[in-house]
Amino acid sequence: MKPASFEYVAPATVPEALHLLADDTVDSKVLAGGQSLIPLMNLRLAAPERLIDINNLRDLAYIRDDINGLHIGAMTRHTDVLASTSVRQMTPLLHEAAGFVAHSQVRNRGTLGGTLAHADAAAEIPVALLASNAVITARSIEGERQISVEDFFQGYFSTTLRADELIVDVFLPAMPPHGGSAFNEFSRRRGDYAIGGAAVVLVFDDQGICESARVALLAAGPQPVRAPASEGLLVGHRLDGELILAAAKAAASSANPVTSIHGSAEYRRAVIEEMVARGLREATQRAGV
Amino acid sequence: MVTLPTSGESQQWVGQPLQRREDARFLRGTGRYTDDVPHAFALHAAFVRSPIAFGVIRSIDVRPALEIPGVIAVLTSADLGHATLTGFLDRDEFIKTAMPILANERVRFVGEPLAIVIATSRYIAEDAIEAVSYEIDEFDPIVAMDDAQRTPQPIHDEAPDGVLVDLRMFNDDELEEVLATSHVVVDETFRSGRLQAAPMEGRGCLAEWIDRDDQLVVTVSTQLPHQVRTGIAQALGLAERQVRVIVPDVGGGFGFKAVLGREEVAVAAAARILRRPVRWAEDRLESLTASFQGREQEYTVRAGFTEDGVLTGLAADIRCNIGAYSAFPFTCGLEPIMAATEFLGVYKVPRYASRSRGIASNKPPSNAYRGVSRPQIVMVMEGLMDRAADRLGIDRVEIRRRNTIRAEDFPYSGPNGITYEPGSYLEALELCAAQVEAAGWRQRCEEAAPGFIRGIGIANFSERNAYGTATMGLRRMPMTPGFEVAHLAMDASGDVTLTSGTCSAGQGHETTFAQIVADRLGIAPDRIQLRQGDTDLTSFGWGTFAGRSLVIGGGAAAVAARRLAVQLREVAAQLLSVDADDVELVNGHARVRGTGASISIDEIAKTVHFRSHLLTDREEYLLESHGSADPSGMFSNGCHAALVEIDAGTCAVQVLDYLVVEDCGVIVNPLVVDGQVRGGIAQGIGATLYEEASYSPDGQPLAGSFMSYLVPTAAEMPPISIHHLETPCYQTETGVKGMGEAGTIGAPAVILSALNDALRSRDAWLEHVPVTPADIQRLLALPTKMESS
Ligand SMILES: Cc1cc2nc3c(=O)[nH]c(=O)nc-3n(C[C@H](O)[C@H](O)[C@H](O)COP(=O)(O)OP(=O)(O)OC[C@H]3O[C@@H](n4cnc5c(N)ncnc54)[C@H](O)[C@@H]3O)c2cc1C
Repeated sequence: MKPASFEYVAPATVPEALHLLADDTVDSKVLAGGQSLIPLMNLRLAAPERLIDINNLRDLAYIRDDINGLHIGAMTRHTDVLASTSVRQMTPLLHEAAGFVAHSQVRNRGTLGGTLAHADAAAEIPVALLASNAVITARSIEGERQISVEDFFQGYFSTTLRADELIVDVFLPAMPPHGGSAFNEFSRRRGDYAIGGAAVVLVFDDQGICESARVALLAAGPQPVRAPASEGLLVGHRLDGELILAAAKAAASSANPVTSIHGSAEYRRAVIEEMVARGLREATQRAGV
Repeated sequence: MVTLPTSGESQQWVGQPLQRREDARFLRGTGRYTDDVPHAFALHAAFVRSPIAFGVIRSIDVRPALEIPGVIAVLTSADLGHATLTGFLDRDEFIKTAMPILANERVRFVGEPLAIVIATSRYIAEDAIEAVSYEIDEFDPIVAMDDAQRTPQPIHDEAPDGVLVDLRMFNDDELEEVLATSHVVVDETFRSGRLQAAPMEGRGCLAEWIDRDDQLVVTVSTQLPHQVRTGIAQALGLAERQVRVIVPDVGGGFGFKAVLGREEVAVAAAARILRRPVRWAEDRLESLTASFQGREQEYTVRAGFTEDGVLTGLAADIRCNIGAYSAFPFTCGLEPIMAATEFLGVYKVPRYASRSRGIASNKPPSNAYRGVSRPQIVMVMEGLMDRAADRLGIDRVEIRRRNTIRAEDFPYSGPNGITYEPGSYLEALELCAAQVEAAGWRQRCEEAAPGFIRGIGIANFSERNAYGTATMGLRRMPMTPGFEVAHLAMDASGDVTLTSGTCSAGQGHETTFAQIVADRLGIAPDRIQLRQGDTDLTSFGWGTFAGRSLVIGGGAAAVAARRLAVQLREVAAQLLSVDADDVELVNGHARVRGTGASISIDEIAKTVHFRSHLLTDREEYLLESHGSADPSGMFSNGCHAALVEIDAGTCAVQVLDYLVVEDCGVIVNPLVVDGQVRGGIAQGIGATLYEEASYSPDGQPLAGSFMSYLVPTAAEMPPISIHHLETPCYQTETGVKGMGEAGTIGAPAVILSALNDALRSRDAWLEHVPVTPADIQRLLALPTKMESS
């Protein structure tokens, strides 16, 4: 379990990093926390020619409030996300999700940009961001572009990020009043990637009618996905026990989990259903409805 | 640091909860494991491993690898002279097969080594692995035990039906008649999944040929220093003296290192061929998929009971999936023999017959794993008790009570031919049942939140251990384990060095052995250093496994200490001009009874070394002694209870609370005993709810990392309360019984019992481990008994 040989560079500034990324004559990979990339390299499932270590880019590690939400830098560690009061208050879903990511050793290194770019369908934070309607900012030497999280994930471990682009920032809209969210997952051991899970964001009007619903599913297919059929059942209604069960069922039938040694697809679908149901109950309650 | 007692009273060190002397270095990271041993010039080994489960090797081309800068050599079986290791039993029911050090002609499991690469770094060695090419013609692999009947190609030509061991050690002509006339016959099949012991430190070694000493020095992480020496010497055609095995700290063994692996032999061979030092450290993928596994077993049993729930007889057909090879030295007979011999546990079974087989498969070879077959047989016996109790409408504790061997039955001889010395089987059961009541578990079952179901399990069992030569001789291995020889030497400062052929893999022997010796010499344990794990330093011994070290090694140390005490008293008597019989050793002094005259033991030591001319009466110089022990073997016993909860939404199982009653005779150090119990239970919980070395139907390992091989973490552990009973065993001077395996033995049975209690409203039983959430889901989906009636 030793990686193949590679060249290592550690740029001091973002422009320097972007320059290196723009060089398409070498097969380069960005190294952030290394918690996904290094294991892949050790198993020789990845063998980049050059690693561009972005750990010196400290200006990419921040959590900044804005009236509409939060800006979080790509190099922000999961630990700092978890500890942030702003995150807990303004985007409680992300706080809850970060608590499910691995163990503290991994959270101390792993980064927001890394988990997004890695795009594991069983990873918590991408699903939480999908439910939160986040916006990702990517930069290259050609400039900057905003990518809605909706358009970001593209099948197994792939995204619409270009090879010369660096994720620099993620924007999460703040939870509106009468909004509630919940993150639920089940894994056989605490801290493992989930067998199934769901991130739920619900917004209600003054009457307690659901105005908008975002239900995103964990480990439900090749990439983080929403469950529109489930969301459609909820919007325009008051959420009672029966509707919640129906919406959970709809979410589960839209899910495409794969059979693995941790559980059959059928079992995983049942887990997703249960997690959606729990999430909808909790989010409703948290919204104060 | 141990504080010395200040009063004049003699301190009993045995029984004290001394902090383990080893802990400081382990916790501070200053222990030294095999891969920590520095060597400026060592080359690095890595293995080319078969990606195919079963096939014939057509060719291996190592030439491209040799062109990579930094690659020193790539050796195949022919380069090692087709060296092999053969672990066998000298009995008709056993088919002898050899394990080539590097695959020769055939590959028999994914991960089997085809070649060893030696390079200047492990990185380059792994580059070289990718450059070696080979052609292998594939056969259909034998993965499950029943595959052997379907596939025409046997794994070993010597055993066309795949059965390497077929034991019919226990027969009873009247058993069928007894079962036919029994009130109830419980007829069930129990299964257990394949496991890997997963010690934190994998295997590893560093081998160097030393011309000066005409000796191969092999530093290796093992439980069996002397058996590793013998195996390497045999495989490489060397005299025993030409191999020195050194074992530094070992980061967990659990039986997984009570074996000699082919990798260690290959590294030793490479060091000898190249005349250059070579080292190898197993990575986790190799450890999980290419080393040793165990526990994949199936039991088809029929047990007869009277109307009152009393066992009338038991018939068992036991099959163990022993993998591709018979491991050296304990052989693929290990699991089948243990299962058949010790099946009956703490119960009186009037009639018993069993057939016990070891079946080859295209998986890594099986070897000992903490508890060897006892976790399974206890799971089966306790499962039978629960099912009979259910069928007969008898309370689960009561049915066990009716069948348990009682105080008045000892010495008890059962149909398995074993004589049981006194234990506290019924007492443990009663205490455990009382503790369950006292802890309010029944109430807690009622209080489960909506959507959650709880159940209580109980398991009463024994743990046979410390097998000496008399018992091991019955197995008919070419090497019969059992005895130990300890040496003691006091130096000129009064410190004592103890050597033993046992070899701690983290069990705290440096602490507990010292406690035993301290009591006999009247000095503090921190004056006693245990040296172990060096075949040039200690007498030949049998290493550490099966709860033997403190009993046999410690028993030998007790004899040696008693003899050294005699020497100290004699020297003191001469120096104080009194009779040796009047001298006692207390608190670091030799004291004359009644008079108060005394001399410090340090002073005695100094005199013996530096001023021996004063001691004219002595026949021998210095302060040295030895002792040996070879008990036949004994049973400790225990009773476990568990409270579990099922989340009906996710089908997750959580063990909420756990109770242990443990009787291991005299307790030398309660901290060590409780630590062993807790660690064992953690592994037992792993075996029951999390871990499985799964394989695809084409023999590919599916659990190659800790993301897929789920070892429980602290978060999965319940609180555990431990109660002790002490029924001493006097096969050695210490009254100690072995106890290292009890936790692993009890946990699967008790958790399964608790799950079946939680699911009692369903008309179905769990009869296998590991139990996955998907299994629970299947049972919960069944109609309840009320719904179906
Ligand atoms: C034992 C263990 C358990 C884990 N358990 C979980 C878990 O339960 N849930 C979970 O979600 N994760 C888990 N992880 C993964 C962890 O959260 C990682 O931190 C995360 O997936 C990747 O973040 P990283 O910063 O380490 O990225 P790296 O490993 O450094 O990089 C991952 C990928 O992202 C790319 N990349 C990184 N940063 C950028 C950027 N700014 N712009 C463009 N590309 C970038 C890299 O090139 C690489 O392809 C676990 C990891 C380990 C080792």
